[in-house]
Amino acid sequence: MGSKSWRNMASFRRSNRDSLPSQWPEPAFPGRQRFRRLLQLLSLPMLAFIFLPLLALFLRTSPVQTLANLDQEQVRQAISLSLVTTLTATLITMILGTPLAYAQAHKSFRFSGLVDTLIDMPLVLPPAVAGVALLITFGRRGLIGGWIAHLGIEIPFTTAAVVLAQIFVAAPFFIKAATLGFASIDREQQQAAGMDGANGWQIFRYVVVPLSMSSLVSGAVMTWARALGEFGATIIFAGNLPGRTQTMPLAIYVGFELDLNVALTLSVILVGLSFLALILVRGVFHRQWA
Amino acid sequence: MHIDRLRYILQAYQRRPWVCRAMLILALASLLACSTPPAPAAGPTPTALPDEQTLTVFAAASLTDAFQEIGDSFEVGSAGVDLAFNFAGSQQLVQQLAQGAHADVLASASLKAMQTAAEAGTVNEADSQAFARNQLVVIFPKDNPAGLAQLQDLAKPGIKLVLAAKEVPAGQYALEFLDKASQDPAFDSNFKEKVLNNVVSYETNVRLVLSKVALGEADAGIVYVTDFNIAKDAVSALVIPEALNAIAIYPIAPVKESMQVELSQKFIDFVLSADGQQILAKYGFLSPK
Repeated sequence: MGSKSWRNMASFRRSNRDSLPSQWPEPAFPGRQRFRRLLQLLSLPMLAFIFLPLLALFLRTSPVQTLANLDQEQVRQAISLSLVTTLTATLITMILGTPLAYAQAHKSFRFSGLVDTLIDMPLVLPPAVAGVALLITFGRRGLIGGWIAHLGIEIPFTTAAVVLAQIFVAAPFFIKAATLGFASIDREQQQAAGMDGANGWQIFRYVVVPLSMSSLVSGAVMTWARALGEFGATIIFAGNLPGRTQTMPLAIYVGFELDLNVALTLSVILVGLSFLALILVRGVFHRQWA
Repeated sequence: MHIDRLRYILQAYQRRPWVCRAMLILALASLLACSTPPAPAAGPTPTALPDEQTLTVFAAASLTDAFQEIGDSFEVGSAGVDLAFNFAGSQQLVQQLAQGAHADVLASASLKAMQTAAEAGTVNEADSQAFARNQLVVIFPKDNPAGLAQLQDLAKPGIKLVLAAKEVPAGQYALEFLDKASQDPAFDSNFKEKVLNNVVSYETNVRLVLSKVALGEADAGIVYVTDFNIAKDAVSALVIPEALNAIAIYPIAPVKESMQVELSQKFIDFVLSADGQQILAKYGFLSPK
């Protein structure tokens, strides 16, 4: 394939997403069938490794048992707390993350590469480090927590701390997806809107957001799914109190030590939710929104 | 943006495929180079020291400092033995063993945890021996942000109290203390209820309670006397009178599936010996009887 056809493919993809073929045209070459067989065979160990533990979870729990455990107050509290905190965290991430992503897509900062790296940091940091860092920042002896405490607001050990921990570790997913989404929109389209008299806000609202909707939604879903699984930062920064800071992963961890059934039930629910989230993201990616 | 970058890389690949391939090979080679050195280094060690044995000890979090010192002096006395400790909440250790974790010795912070392990079939209850006792103490940050002056103050509304979870021995003992206090005429009859209302977090091991109080994030916590002893520069304590205090008994036992029965017994004997007991006493543990 020459360099030109790649270029054409890329621009074709951007302008005609609706009619994008579902698969890249593959060139035929001798032995292709055999090679594909071999590939499939070689992928099996990795696939099995990912699939078996998930399967084991479902094999260890019966639906009846799961439903019975749902009746326990601790389980229901953990589920509702997880849903409330993760949705709040995702919403806040979208509100505060969108301007940052837009600025990054337009390289508004002098050191946008450095800013990019900074945004990546929570992804590579161990969550326990994030928890300690949050504690010594927002704790009442922390960097800015002292001032906040003077206002009568104490963050550690509250539901707010759970949300902060989730935002810290999960926001990069949304910000990165949104940045890529914003950046992949044709400059010319924005300039055309500008020439038609749209101001910066209008271009953003009526051109950029609709065109990057699929990136925004899939980024938000990824952030939500990561927030749902957040454990390390939460248990250090927010502590563990049923109904206030004990989210599903924390209840699983504590439950593992006393009542394995609670841990299994919540694990199964978490696996189910995460799977749904990923399916949703895939669906969004392969469909044109707006 | 990312599409442009991808296209650039693809174009570069088409223009100079060999350069790119060479870079790839170089990258792989350096990866290999990074991963190979440990192999030869690790290879000769077992042959040079065929008697090298590793004894894995699962021990309650509250034993961390004392057992590390006991381990050091045990290793001095028995050449070629390497001790590996896993410190965690007793309940967690028991659960890990039940799920098939490998260990040679289990030292827990409560008889109940040892019983649970025996029920799961990982230790013989008859083999377990008490080797230390411990008591609880109420700790608070040095500057006493909540102005605690007596145990009764724990029931004052608004105090941020951190306890060990009820799954952990220290948490059970704390509840025992609260129960006893509620029966005591010097305390309110609903003392326990009021105190539990002040709990902001149930930590999964007692050392996490200590950290959160030492950091000054919590107003008070209930830990073992031995935990307080190692953090005296950061926290102060309210003594819990003997009559209200719970007595934590620490049992130790060999793990059934251990392949190093003799060595396990040797370690247990050392913990029970005068030398071992002296180290435990240094950290504030009481003798088993």
